[in-house]
Amino acid sequence: MLLYHIMKQDIVLAWRQGNISLVLAFLMIAVTLVPFGIGPELDLLRRLAPGLMWVILVLAVLLSLDRLFQSDVEDGHFDQLLLGSLSLEGLAMAKILAHFCAIILPLALALPIAGALLNIAPAALPILVMAVIAAGPALCALGAVGAALSVSVQRAGLLTALVVMPLFVPVLIFGASVTHQALADMTVNWWALAALLLVSVAAFLLSPLAIAAALRVLLR
Amino acid sequence: MQRQTLDWLHYFANPHRFLRFARAALLPSWAIAVAILIWGAWAVYKAPPDYQQGETVRIMFIHVPAAWLALFTYSFIAGASILALIFRHPLGHVAARAAAPIGAVFTLAALITGSLWGQPMWGTWWVWDARLTSVLVLFFIYLGYMAIWRAITAPEIAARTAAILAIVGVINIPIIKFSVDWWNTLHQPASISRFARPAIHPEILQPLLIMAAGFTALFFALLLTRIESEILRQRMRARLKREAGES
Repeated sequence: MLLYHIMKQDIVLAWRQGNISLVLAFLMIAVTLVPFGIGPELDLLRRLAPGLMWVILVLAVLLSLDRLFQSDVEDGHFDQLLLGSLSLEGLAMAKILAHFCAIILPLALALPIAGALLNIAPAALPILVMAVIAAGPALCALGAVGAALSVSVQRAGLLTALVVMPLFVPVLIFGASVTHQALADMTVNWWALAALLLVSVAAFLLSPLAIAAALRVLLR
Repeated sequence: MQRQTLDWLHYFANPHRFLRFARAALLPSWAIAVAILIWGAWAVYKAPPDYQQGETVRIMFIHVPAAWLALFTYSFIAGASILALIFRHPLGHVAARAAAPIGAVFTLAALITGSLWGQPMWGTWWVWDARLTSVLVLFFIYLGYMAIWRAITAPEIAARTAAILAIVGVINIPIIKFSVDWWNTLHQPASISRFARPAIHPEILQPLLIMAAGFTALFFALLLTRIESEILRQRMRARLKREAGES
């Protein structure tokens, strides 16, 4: 029940503070920049679109990680939560799930529009959205590990990116192979999707341990 | 056996005792490293050129040991971090921190020599070959680990945070390796398979093993030097703090 309240509070905060619209705006502006960089030729865009989509998505998640735990630690909210019955691991899980709902789901829903701008075949869009949702827990969980590790550093954006990027490599590889095949012949690469889900489940179950350990260092 | 290992570790739990050991062992360890490396250089000089790759095959005698040491050093950092974090060994954090730049340089050396080797073999400085890519990711993991140490100013918090990152990294490295291999088989035709020889000729293997031993000895000599100076620096800082308090 407490977990549910923490999740709800985080999602409401993300909405009211404008984080959700900011991350969507980032997705759209990044997509808009692509044709300026590589030219407006639609065939070229269609070939590059899935890979670019994943890179932009990963960058959007990285930018959203800033202050995931920091504000709670600074204003004492964390100490309040810990006085209750909740463990740090449970808190980490709630944070990951809330981040998934507040960042990944809106991004996934906005992908069809971004995909249309990059000339992705409409039939492949549901597969792209599905792959992003499957990758979401891994991206949020691993990103949260990075955010927790750099929680005591002010303006940790680049540090978090450096720490998290290597951890994102498998997610990016499996996710991109799902969409590559989808765009080639409209079929799903089940092996890649299974690997993606496996990474997501493992990251979601294991990373709360690392997050809790990192936060405990600070609260000691 | 287990018992003995633990005793040995307990013995060095005291930094002063370790310092005494390090001072005694510093000169011999450097002597051993230099001797093996000179022997290795001689063996590399005597090794026959490859019938396909010619003289460029000699790059391998630096490239392969550097890549081995890059992985070995990361395992060392992870092991030291576990020792420090779980068993509270006071030297664990110091050893892990001291090893990181050494490992990063080995990783960079593997990348640069791989690139130099790739130029005549593949006709380009960089190929997104599975092994090169994995080593590049490993290099970024090293950079992230060292960046955490630098960015967090409180020493105790920095040490524990870096240790957690090292353990997270060691769990992830096999997953990254697997995914990169998988990605590579998707994208790369098997044009570079001439690279993989089924068996290494003894005349090539012997200098390779000597160089690997030399690099390992060099690692431990550098590590000992760095740990010694780190302990001395901590002592000096403590002393300055004490003196500032007295005056």
